[in-house]
Amino acid sequence: MGPAVNEPTGKFKAGDRVKVKFEDRPGHLRTPWYIRGKTGRIERVYGDFLNPESLAFGRDGLPKRTLYSVAFRHPDIFGKSPHAGDKVLVDIYDHWLEPML
Amino acid sequence: MPRGHHDVGGLPGAGPIDQSQHELSDWEILADAINQALGAKGVKRTDEMRRAREEMDSAAYRDMSYYERWIASIEAILIEKKILDKQQIDRKLAEFDTKWGRP
Repeated sequence: MGPAVNEPTGKFKAGDRVKVKFEDRPGHLRTPWYIRGKTGRIERVYGDFLNPESLAFGRDGLPKRTLYSVAFRHPDIFGKSPHAGDKVLVDIYDHWLEPML
Repeated sequence: MPRGHHDVGGLPGAGPIDQSQHELSDWEILADAINQALGAKGVKRTDEMRRAREEMDSAAYRDMSYYERWIASIEAILIEKKILDKQQIDRKLAEFDTKWGRP
């Protein structure tokens, strides 16, 4: 009855400040290059999904990973621009994120 | 690891996005249908297709059109899963060449 089984298992909630890991390894990496190492804020928690970095090799995608919409300040990503007030939203899985205090 | 040929978001010099409409060729529609059918049958997943495109030779990847990349990645995954082998595919292509001539 309770929704607990479907609670996202990830470390973060909306509003948390996060830093994207700067990882580079062989395989299917779901976090685009331009956002690695950047700092943003959790905009929304989508829920838990099969891990595409595992599915990409025909494996089972388990354990599921929490997927977030993460918001970044446009100038933090692209430098000086006429879109300084814009947010850049990127979907990023939990294992790519670490907390920023 | 160099940045992958598929991962070009945010690179300068990309120019404006081509938003013009274009008609799909019959073979492109067929490519889409085969892709959908293989997915529905559980033969392959979208993430595998993406990984196959990422593993392609970079020069070949850049030379190919969108659906050419799809076909190449379907071929790679079917060979990887031992559903077809390269010789079978090449033999069939040679048959088509004889029947219809080279495109």
